[in-house]
Amino acid sequence: MANKLISQMGLPKSIANVFAARNIITAKDALSLTEFELMELLDVGLAEVTLALAHISEISCPSFQTALSLLEQRIQNEYLAGHLPTRLKGLDAALCGGIPFGVVTELVGPAGIGKTQFCLKLALLASLPSSYGGLDGRVIYIDVESKFSSKRMIEMGVNSFPEIFHTEGMAKEMAGRILVLQPASLFEFTESLQQIKVSLLQHHVKLLIIDSMTALVSGENGQGPPRQHALGWHISFIKSLAEFSRIPVVVTNQVRSQGRDEASRYLFQDQNRTDAPEDPTSFDSHLVAALGIQWAHAVSIRLVLESRSGQRFIKLAKSSISSPMAFLFDITGSGISLLDDDGVEMTGPDINAINFQGHSGIINFDTGMTR
Amino acid sequence: MEVSSLPISASQRGKLISAGYTSLSSLSSISPSHLAQDLKISENEALEILKVASRRSGLDRIDNGACAIVNGAQTAWDMLHEEESSVRITTSCSDLDDIIGGGINCKEVTEVGGVPGIGKTQLGIQLAINVQIPADYGGLEGKAVYIDTEGSFMVERALQIAEACVEDMQEYNSFLRKNVRACQIRKEPKDFLENIFYFRICSYTEQIAVVNYLEKFISEHKDVKVVVIDSITFHFRQDFEDMALRTRLLGGMALKLMKLAKKFNLAVVLLNQVTTKYSQGSFQLTLALGNLLQLRSGMMFFICLYLLWLFLK
Repeated sequence: MANKLISQMGLPKSIANVFAARNIITAKDALSLTEFELMELLDVGLAEVTLALAHISEISCPSFQTALSLLEQRIQNEYLAGHLPTRLKGLDAALCGGIPFGVVTELVGPAGIGKTQFCLKLALLASLPSSYGGLDGRVIYIDVESKFSSKRMIEMGVNSFPEIFHTEGMAKEMAGRILVLQPASLFEFTESLQQIKVSLLQHHVKLLIIDSMTALVSGENGQGPPRQHALGWHISFIKSLAEFSRIPVVVTNQVRSQGRDEASRYLFQDQNRTDAPEDPTSFDSHLVAALGIQWAHAVSIRLVLESRSGQRFIKLAKSSISSPMAFLFDITGSGISLLDDDGVEMTGPDINAINFQGHSGIINFDTGMTR
Repeated sequence: MEVSSLPISASQRGKLISAGYTSLSSLSSISPSHLAQDLKISENEALEILKVASRRSGLDRIDNGACAIVNGAQTAWDMLHEEESSVRITTSCSDLDDIIGGGINCKEVTEVGGVPGIGKTQLGIQLAINVQIPADYGGLEGKAVYIDTEGSFMVERALQIAEACVEDMQEYNSFLRKNVRACQIRKEPKDFLENIFYFRICSYTEQIAVVNYLEKFISEHKDVKVVVIDSITFHFRQDFEDMALRTRLLGGMALKLMKLAKKFNLAVVLLNQVTTKYSQGSFQLTLALGNLLQLRSGMMFFICLYLLWLFLK
């Protein structure tokens, strides 16, 4: 829309020529100048400039629709009105059906808590045929830290959907729909993203998973908290990718310890330096999500995975369609499963806290597989 | 030179100055034909220039009470009366309504800022629904324009809020049934969704275009009473190289929105993100590009959603 040519907008000949003569070719060029600047540049009266700008704005403005037609479109065209069910009943209920299409969902948590397990399960679910609750499409899995394990994924499939996976050749077909990319650098990742955008629709890609976003940035810098500005372009690109293709995008994020000067406590008043430094009641936790506040604004759903006294919780920390809920979960042979579908509603700042206590940090595969 | 500050094109200005008209008073008592002869321009052009000049020097006499003294003025008493009798848009949180004086006010631009996940979009959607509350229930019975720059508008949530609003109205209805005549408001939740005009904006150019287009759009849809922009600074924060241009564009946009609010008597609500700023030896959370928006629009105030969160706890 921004690159629409002024010459094709149907402006009166005289003014269109003046625009062209002053090298104002696209809508972006014209709208980046104020009315007075345009007046000076084009040597035309204010009334004419205002009229021309109004015309250009009307043409470059995207068309509107009512919220009702938006809803009806979704219900008609999309699976479950635009949701990918996670098969975790409580979570799906809270999310009005599942991971929403068209927006970025973030999974954040300390290492070893189960983010990759969750992603593997989602990749599997999306590749299933729609009769089994899947999206019947391809999945692009961007695996930055080489954590993807096809063996584990097939194991999840066999345990959760034995009817499909014991059928001849089905495992191969399902696994064949999942494309794994392992970019070695941010540059390679950027290139892959651009390629993906082009081929998304024609190859029926129904889910994009990026595991993990933090690793891409920290790989570049080495030390200190990951600089969020390095990802500014990627953030908006991924968001627009999700939106225009109406697919769910799931991104994992890691945690880091909180520095003294961080304003992640969400307090607006000045910090009194003489106060006792770590007052546990006013401190959320020592762990915060990496990637900073600009990224936090960009994601629409944030799922925090944490562990407290040896129990693991998946919390719905940011979501515009549900109340803040926490669910107890465990990792089993068939992936992640909720121990209690009702969940606990958490009010206050605890929903954003990331705890990592009483957990050995290594997923114990032996006990997990006996379930 | 007063003439140099007139909003006319450069060549017209050049001609005025070279012909010796440097001050507004020199233009006050001249006829259009005389000016046209002097500057060697058409009479229509000369008439336009004189109109602009007289508007600037306030020589127009409009017969209108306070305006007879100073062009465009309104007495403080009239303003008080207007403020007290105006209907506000409720936020559905009575404590918040109390803090801001009864609700979101029309003819004003309100900026709402907060950390991610705190409820800015929720408030925006709530206002888009609440503006539609019928007059019988104390609402504005208007429509809403929702300008979404980040893709955070969730239509399922809007439906949920609309359903709750209908329930509220039915409860109110049954409570007052004895006093009120049978006003069967048959408003369905989907009717609420029909009155929200949704624009999805993907770049700063489109954002400027939509703000410019709003004037025409609202004159065609006169019952729009609230414009929600979610969020106002998103597209200006990434890959913008020319900072001076950004300042000018944001300032211009803020001014246009204020004019829109005043002209059509509607409320403009801007949702903004936060960023960290290093000041006085520590990191503080502050509204993104806040200084650019605040300086330009004197009638803005922002709601600290941290306070709101305290109230809701």
